[in-house]
Parts: sequence; structure tokens; C-alpha cells
Amino acid sequence: MPESVTPAIRVAHAHKRYGAHAVVQDVSFALTPGETLVLLGPSGCGKTTLLKMLNRLVEPDAGTIDINGRDVQTQRPEELRRGIGYVIQQVGLLPHYTVAENIAVVPRLLGQAGAAVQERTTALLTRLHLPPERYAGQYPHQLSGGQQQRVGLARALAADPPIVLLDEPFGALDPITRAGIRREFRELEELRRKTVVLVTHDVTEAFELADRILLLNAGQVQQLGTPRELLFRPANNFVRGFFAAERLALQLRTLTLADLQPFLAAPDPAATTLSPATTVQEALENLTRTGSAQARYSFDLAELMAAFGRALQQEEAAWKP
Amino acid sequence: METITGLLTFWQAQAGKLGEQTLQHIGLTAASLLLAVVLGVPLGLLLTRRPRWAPAVLGVAGALQTVPSIALLGFLIPLLGIGPRPAILALFLYSLLPIIRNTLAGIQGVSPAVVEAARGLGLTDGQVLRRVELPLALPVLFAGIRTATVINVGMATLAAYVAAGGLGEFIFGGIALNNPVMILAGALPAAALALAFDAALAGLQRLSTRRLVRVGAALLAVLPLLGGLYLLPRAAGKLLAGFSPEFVGRADGLPGLRKAYHLRRLPSVVLAPALVYEAARHHDVDLIDGYSTDGRIRAYDLRVLHDDRRTFPPYYAAPVVRPALLAAHPELRGVLDQLAGQISDSVMTNLNYRVDYLHQEPRAVAHAFLRRRGLWKEPRPQTPGAAVVRLGSKIFAEQYILLEMYAALIRGNTGLAVETKTGLGGTTICFEALRTGAIDLYPEYTGTGLLVLLQPSPAVLDSLGGRPPAVFGYVQQQFRRRYGLEWLAPLGFNNTYALLMRQRHARQLGITSISQLSTYLRQ
Repeated sequence: MPESVTPAIRVAHAHKRYGAHAVVQDVSFALTPGETLVLLGPSGCGKTTLLKMLNRLVEPDAGTIDINGRDVQTQRPEELRRGIGYVIQQVGLLPHYTVAENIAVVPRLLGQAGAAVQERTTALLTRLHLPPERYAGQYPHQLSGGQQQRVGLARALAADPPIVLLDEPFGALDPITRAGIRREFRELEELRRKTVVLVTHDVTEAFELADRILLLNAGQVQQLGTPRELLFRPANNFVRGFFAAERLALQLRTLTLADLQPFLAAPDPAATTLSPATTVQEALENLTRTGSAQARYSFDLAELMAAFGRALQQEEAAWKP
Repeated sequence: METITGLLTFWQAQAGKLGEQTLQHIGLTAASLLLAVVLGVPLGLLLTRRPRWAPAVLGVAGALQTVPSIALLGFLIPLLGIGPRPAILALFLYSLLPIIRNTLAGIQGVSPAVVEAARGLGLTDGQVLRRVELPLALPVLFAGIRTATVINVGMATLAAYVAAGGLGEFIFGGIALNNPVMILAGALPAAALALAFDAALAGLQRLSTRRLVRVGAALLAVLPLLGGLYLLPRAAGKLLAGFSPEFVGRADGLPGLRKAYHLRRLPSVVLAPALVYEAARHHDVDLIDGYSTDGRIRAYDLRVLHDDRRTFPPYYAAPVVRPALLAAHPELRGVLDQLAGQISDSVMTNLNYRVDYLHQEPRAVAHAFLRRRGLWKEPRPQTPGAAVVRLGSKIFAEQYILLEMYAALIRGNTGLAVETKTGLGGTTICFEALRTGAIDLYPEYTGTGLLVLLQPSPAVLDSLGGRPPAVFGYVQQQFRRRYGLEWLAPLGFNNTYALLMRQRHARQLGITSISQLSTYLRQ
């Protein structure tokens, strides 16, 4: 992280307690613009409270929070929030507003022109696979859960805020919808450029989406690092134990074809090539889904798994202290 | 069938009055509702921000609703006088609870996720309230307004008790006169109003939130206009009269009076019989109806206007007895007749005043009177096994006093035992008790015997012409023939309807009789 760049979000020694119960204890971190941080931990670990401190829905008892280099306490909460996208698990669309009106809430609060707002709404709906001509005039209760969450996402992005906060955005969806919308989310060009803080208790989700993960337990930071760091060099037994059950699945999601390259045969020019950033998990899915009849890859399943095994050994050795 | 034709005839005859009362009724309802919305909704909103106060505030509003309406009006009259003010305030207090409670429930019913999302998007607290919470709470809030409206339309009938008008005037007149047609004439339009408002508001409740916001705003604009119906100019005159519903309704009351004296330009309000005297005393009205021997005439320094054309039927008091009693104890007739012609209007007024206002015992007042007239005799020693004379009375002071007089006379002049049965309620109960032999005697009034018990045809009434001796003779004869009961000689006073003014006011205007009043009004 270059020192010269102002962090998009900087939290220093944040504390929050409700009565005798300390919900957030001495949490500090800084995010560079464009980074995606996942706040991960079991229920009640303080991750949602920490998230709400960022847009002042919760005021910290102690500590400072800077957004784009400005202390949030020096800004009016409403104005701060209008510059930060916010998505919650229950979506919270305004039931008496149409889809288009829901998306237009923040741009209108900011006094943007009607035509520009409409153009932006149409573009967002199209990008989120909700054809505007069909959905713009509908009311939230006419939409499915997944569609509602997409509108919620569009609403958070409508004013093009540099920072987006998401509180378990996929938590209320069924597994299939959830995987689909998560893929859309990851591929959404809009979000790539933004600083994102996402709360989840789902380990797979965290590994799939995070640049870095902040693992919390009982209000305290257990470890802050990339998924790879948390997986291969856990800071303590809590971190190790937290990932134990899904260790193999997480390893498949963490190692990429780039990691496996030394252990695979030279690519066949006639074969379909996958990007080096493709995770082993995705490569596996590709191999099993399409079958040998349709696409040719320069490796088969057995070769891939063998390379994965060797790469894993090498990775673990490299992280050994 | 007869009732329906009677109803239609009544409405036709009183069309102007019906229209005026309906407008007043709507006006009262709307004005009190407006107050309740303007105060109740903000109060409900305050409670959503300070939930700890909610039990106390809702408790007080709930307690207010349990206060009987008549009692509430009774409390308000000393503070606000009579007229629309106590009526509107009482209705307002009754509608507070549903409006506060539903405002609170409506706001609390808004999904917390929606509110959190709205705040997270950057809406200010005020914007969250105006754009999110209030619109979403509107259906529940409207249900509260609907409840309050229906309660108010019903309760507004009671406004007629405090001279605030409305459809209650017919209803209470009808009750006082035991006239079902007149009761229905007021009750049916009141029920129709309640149903119409209920249906209209139920329709509104089903609208989408968005339309409801607009309708709610429109309603807030319309309510003051409806409330303003009450302020439509009403006939004004030199004097304002306050009459009890019965007086306004019965043929020998106000209608007869208007005809006989050509009373014109006399605007009047209707109010509870118990309040007319107070209203005159406090200068709320200048002219009232009352009873010529009421103790309050003296207590409040009122003047009975002389009924120089004799439109009010004579109500001379006389004892009605079972002839069997007189046959068994012939000496009794002479004893009972000792009171005949002994008590004038002013004497009776004075005696009533002592009991009603000085709170003296009816027995003590009766005995003192007998002493002054030299009729008092110490009770004779009781002969064992002596026959018992059972005396009855209706429940008001005048009857108690008369009863005690008869009891003392019987005890002092005969060896008979006396048993008194006070509190036999109204005319019908006393009369039935006498007819069936449960009592032997009670004091009755000639007018009551004629109009309530005998109910002769209009032709007969016409022939009697309201002359006291003719009425007494007819009543005496008919009671003998029909019921086998005997009227003894009248006591002398005439407890009839009377028009009353404040003594000073009457003197200033130089009015002593109803004819003079009529002339004064026409000048």
C-alpha cells in the first residue's frame, strides 16, 4: 500500500459497548480506494455494528473514523450517507415507491436533474438484468427476493458513490439465487472501481469476494489479511478453527491456475485457455460442466488435481514461518 | 306502517329543522375531529419517539373515554358554559384515544428495515417521517380516524343536552315525550350519517398509499369547512331562549305558546332540562321553560311570566285515593281536605326551595308548614292492630313534602298507622301502584291525569279549553268511571309549565306576562 494514497476508509481504535457488553473493541484498519474488505465472523461478533459506524448509523464510543481523509464526526450524518452506498439484508425498499423511484432516491436528495437520473436508472436496471421497460414502474412487492436485492444494489449505486457498504446482502436469498447474484455482483463493472465493505458470516462468500478479510470474534480483530494469508498462516487457533470445516473448498477457491502453472504441462495452442486468475474451483467447474465433447483444455481432471496437490504443498511450505 | 307515515309527516313538517340539525351534527363531528387530528397525530408521533411515555398518555386518553358522556359534559359546563364549546371539547376528548393509538401503532408497524434503509440512504429524520413513516402509517391512522368519526357521530347527539344542537334535539325531545316517531326522526339520520362516514372512510383506507397521502391532505382541508357548517348564521333576536326538549316537542309547550301569543323572532336553543335554570342564571340564555313551583325560581331570582292567555294546561295538585279507604275510614276525607286550597304557587316554590337548595328534610319542612298554618297535632298513640294507610309519591322534593304533610295529618287526627312509599319513580308507576292497591293515596296533577293517563281526543281537550275547574271535573269524573279512583279537593297551587326570565332582566324590559313578551319581541 503506497503511503502517498489517502485511504478511502481509515478506522482507528474504534470502540462500542452496549451496557456492559463490549461489541467492538479497539478495531483499526485502513482501505485503499477500490479495495474490497469483507468483515467476517460468527453472529454477534460486532461486524454489523462496525459497518454501521462507517456511515454513522452507530456512533462509536471511542476512536476515529475517516472517510476519504475526513473525520466523519465533522460531517452531517445525512450528507455523509448520501456519499456512501448502503445495502442491507432485508433490502428495505420503500414499499410505496416504484422500482425507478426507489433507485432515484439518493440522486434526487442530491438534487440531480430528472433526465440524468432517469438515464442512470435505466442503465443500472439494464446492467442488473432487470429490463427497465418491464420493471421500472413495478412496486417492490411485485418482485422476487433476488430482484428486490438487485434493485437494492442499484439504489446504492445510483449516485455513483465511491464507497459501498453491504450488510449480508445475499443472506436472505436461497442458495441458487444467491450464487447467481453473487456472480453478477463480482462481475459488475460498477463495483470494481469502488471501495467495498461487505459483512457476511459465510466463509465461502468472503473468500470469493474479498481482497482482504477482517475476521472478528467477540468484538476483537482476530486477523486482517488476504484470504490466502488467513488460510495458510492463521494468526491464532480461532482463525484456524474457523476455516477448518471448509478448508479444502477454500483452498480450491484460493489457488489459481497461475499457482498451478509450474506443475501443468505446457499449454496446447489449440486448446481453450482459461485466464491465469481462474481459481482451481472454477477450472473444475468448467471441466465437469462442459464435458470433453465441447471444449478442449490443455489438462484433464486428473492432471489438474495432481497439480493442485503439489501447488498446495509448495504454498504451505512457503507460508511456514 | 303507521310509524313510517308518521315519520315522513314529521320530517316534512320539520324539514328546515332537520336540515339545520344535520348540518350542525356534521359541523360538531368535523370540528372535534379536526381538533383531535391536529393534536392527536403529533402527540402520537411524539410517543413514537418517546415510547416510555406511551403507557401514561394512552392510559389517560383511555380513561377519558370511560367517563360517561353525560358526566363529562357535566364537568365541562361550569368551565365552558353551555353551547358548542363543551360539546366539541367532549367529542374531541373521546376521539383522542383512537387517533393517538393508531398513529403510534401505524408508525410502529412500519418495517424497521425500511426505516433503516431510508436513514442509510441519507434521508434526514424529518424526511424519514414525512416520506416514509407517515405515508406507510396512513392506512392504520385512517382506521383510527374512522373509529373516532363513528364514535363522534353517535356522541354528537348528546350535544343537544348542552344547547349545541344536532340531531339529538329530536331524539331527546322524543324520549321526553315518549314519542317513538320523534326519536326515530333524529336517530335514523344520525345512524345514516355514521354509516355514510364509515363507508366513505373505509373506501379511502383501501386506496394505495400514494393516493392516501393526497386524500389525507384534502381531508385536512375539508374538515375546517365542515366544521364551519356549525357557524352558519342562525336567526338572531333580542332575546335568546333555552328550552328543554320536552317543552319544544309537546303540543301544549312551545308550539302552543307560539300560536297563542304569536311569538315570533325568538331564536332558541335546546338543552337538558337540568341545565335550563343554570343557563338562565349564567346569562347564557334570557328566557327558559320551567315549572311554576320549582325551588330554583326563588334560588336564582327568576320571574314566572304570567300566562295571561292560559295556553299551559292546568296542573293543579290533588290527592288521588282508593275509595275503599275512604269507605272504611270515613273520618279520613275531612282530614285530607284540611290541606285543600292551603298552598299557593309561591308557598310551594318556597317549600321546594327549602328542600332542594337549603337541603332541609322534607319531613321538617312539612311539619313547620303545618305548625304555621295551625294544622299541626302531635301524633296520637298507636292503637295496636290499627289499619295501615299506605302513601306513595314520585321521586322529587315537592311530592316528598306533600307526602309528609299527609302522613302527619293522618297520625295527628286519626288512630291509623301510616306507611310511606317514596321513590315510586314516575307517573305510570305511582298510578299502577294505586290501581293495584299497593298504595292507597298519592298526590297527582290534573294536567298529568288528563294528558298522560286519560289521553282524551283533541275534541275533548278543545272543549275543556284549559280551564282549571273544567279539567278537574273531567279528570275526577273519568277516574271514577274508568279506574274507580277518587280525586280529592286540589291543594291550591298549579305546578305547570312556565316561561321564566331573570327577575332583573324582566323588570328592566318591563315584562310581566307572556303577552308583553310577545309585544316586546315584535317591536
